[in-house]
Amino acid sequence: MRFEKKNILDIHSLSQDQISMILDTAFGMKEVSERPVKKVPTLRGKTIVLFFQEPSTRTKLSFELAAKRLSADTVSIAKSSSSIVKGETLIDTAKNLEAMKPDVIVMRHSSSGAAFQVSQRVNCSVINAGDGTHAHPSQALLDMMSIKEKKGCLKGLNISIVGDISHSRVARSDIVGLSKMGANVRVCAPETMIPMGIENMGCTVAKNMESCVKDADVIMMLRIQKERQGNMLFPSEREYASLYGLNKKRIALASPDVMVMHPGPMNRGVEISSDIADSDCSMILDQVTNGVALRMALFYLLAGGSRHADTD
Amino acid sequence: MQILIKGARVVDPGNLDESKDILIKDGFFEQILTPDSHAIEPDTQVIDAKGLIAVPGLIDVHVHLREPGQEYKETVASGLCAAAAGGFTAVCSMPNTQPVNDNGQVTTFIISQGKRAKSAKVYPAGAISQGSCGTNLAQIFDMKQAGIRAVTDDGLPVKNAQLMRRALEYCKSMDLPVLVHAEDKDLVNGGAMNEGLPATILGIKGIPNAAESIMVCRDIALAELTGSRVHFCHMSTQESIEAIRQAKKRGVNVTCETAPHYFTLTDQDIPPYDTHYKMNPPLRSEKDRQAIIEGLKDGTIDMIATDHAPHNADEKDVEFDRAAFGIIGLETALPLSLKLVLDGHLSLNTLVKKMAKAPAQLMGLSNDITPGNAADLTLIDLDSDLIINPDTFISKSRNTPFAGLKVRGQAVMTLVDGRIVHSKI
Ligand SMILES: [Zn+2]
Ligand SMILES: [Zn+2]
Repeated sequence: MRFEKKNILDIHSLSQDQISMILDTAFGMKEVSERPVKKVPTLRGKTIVLFFQEPSTRTKLSFELAAKRLSADTVSIAKSSSSIVKGETLIDTAKNLEAMKPDVIVMRHSSSGAAFQVSQRVNCSVINAGDGTHAHPSQALLDMMSIKEKKGCLKGLNISIVGDISHSRVARSDIVGLSKMGANVRVCAPETMIPMGIENMGCTVAKNMESCVKDADVIMMLRIQKERQGNMLFPSEREYASLYGLNKKRIALASPDVMVMHPGPMNRGVEISSDIADSDCSMILDQVTNGVALRMALFYLLAGGSRHADTD
Repeated sequence: MQILIKGARVVDPGNLDESKDILIKDGFFEQILTPDSHAIEPDTQVIDAKGLIAVPGLIDVHVHLREPGQEYKETVASGLCAAAAGGFTAVCSMPNTQPVNDNGQVTTFIISQGKRAKSAKVYPAGAISQGSCGTNLAQIFDMKQAGIRAVTDDGLPVKNAQLMRRALEYCKSMDLPVLVHAEDKDLVNGGAMNEGLPATILGIKGIPNAAESIMVCRDIALAELTGSRVHFCHMSTQESIEAIRQAKKRGVNVTCETAPHYFTLTDQDIPPYDTHYKMNPPLRSEKDRQAIIEGLKDGTIDMIATDHAPHNADEKDVEFDRAAFGIIGLETALPLSLKLVLDGHLSLNTLVKKMAKAPAQLMGLSNDITPGNAADLTLIDLDSDLIINPDTFISKSRNTPFAGLKVRGQAVMTLVDGRIVHSKI
């Protein structure tokens, strides 16, 4: 089967089959990362541009490692070195990047839709590495990979997502992807962080933390942006932690083999207590490991993979 | 030299609705005649208008002309020519130019640029507050002497209720209507489209309906307090319409307008991140669109204006949240509004009320088709099909979501002071 997509912009535009294919490829790639020599020549001669307009260490590093393990050449542009600070528009910058003939542009941007807008103007593939509060498809895919790895499948699982859903692109992509794969997704947060109409995106909204985590197979905690307190979303971290923090008492309500996830970086003691973050049920570091494999799979499917198998 | 418009169906609400010959001389309506009952004098330009509708010149009470200050988007001349091409014989220009039209000199400049354009007429609105900063009253009497027909800080809400109260009282003594840009900026909070499922899916910050209706309710209260004339601009929500409906029932002196995009499109129609659909207030939900149509039908919404807001392509070809708000409307308003007639929501007579008579009343003008009045007239062909093509626009800007839309009915001739300023005949 060929992978027919040119871009990875959101989860919405991926079919169930395409998601399964990405996850299967990623499990294959994970094996590469476990070898003593973690490098294969699959994408030799390919160029990948990491175009990060918003600060990010983890995601960028993960994409960069993924590219290098496939022997692709990478170039990265960060905000401070890009022409956008000099007044150039996003579209002009993207066209300039494209003129250097990359095979894939990986893009992070603070505006929702930026990767979509760029993908309409360039011929190479575009991977959205996070745009505003819209989507973060590679994160959602690695979350799916991590759950599938531990639970065997996604269908029928109770998955709870807790935290600032309004401002989280991870939450949006996870809700769409997990529900597409047959999981029951519940979300929970103070009403100030629940965006209008979210229940139409494939989840239910739980009234409180207790009903949200009850019988959960997976609990995904989102980072609370401390600076958002000034935005009137919640009065104090203390109050937030007492109402929505994941602690021992609450996790006892979940399924006995519950796994806990977090896209990082964590606020220990706010959304998650340390004893849970560091416990056996925590998948937080597995998510990071799987992230590299998943991103290798995306590069392979878009830039090498089945479309160009005979040129390798 | 005189002009005879022959055989058109004249639709002039409250005055005429029958086939007439219209004789125009020296810029004024000379005679309204029964067809074929009269001789045609030599030296008469005869326009065969059989099958066409003649209506009093359409007036758009809400237009941004961008001059002085942003002539690369639009000038008084280009805007007025675009107006004429869309069938409008006059427009009310918003004061948010650079500098702001908050004094007599700027007003005089806009009016003189308007005269030089030799096209549609311009009736400037002056600012409520100096620089539209919302602190001190602008020089309203000075501007009235220079020719303003209304005041508004459009583009910005008047945040301070006390200033709004004083503006209403001050303008009452000058018989100037106050046009309200109803928006609570704290509730907008950086939003870029309607708050609802489409915004949630796209990850775009939403603007709730209440950001508009909360200010509508405040200014209804101030209109009641002061007894002044308050006109609400670009109404987009069910809640605003309902508040105005109730206020009118109580006898409060309020009027309002909506724009064609609010009864034509909803937030569901926005293609992903297409900035041509970004305007303020934003495209709302289907429930609101229906409420707008209902408000037009029952008379709660008095008039249709465009909020013609020209922007250069560079200001739209950027990330959605960074793109400028606003779309142009002068050259698409009539066909979009005629759809209300084709769909059976409004009679042609009512539509002409909303696009010609009520706007004239707001500006303090008479535009009856009657001898002695300035010959401002629009000829409409109801049967002509067309596809909206921004390449053919006269406006300097192209920021419209309606490119490629099939519509029926358009203005085929516009006369201003007896002069043909636009013709497709
Ligand atoms: Zn306005
Ligand atoms: Zn306006």
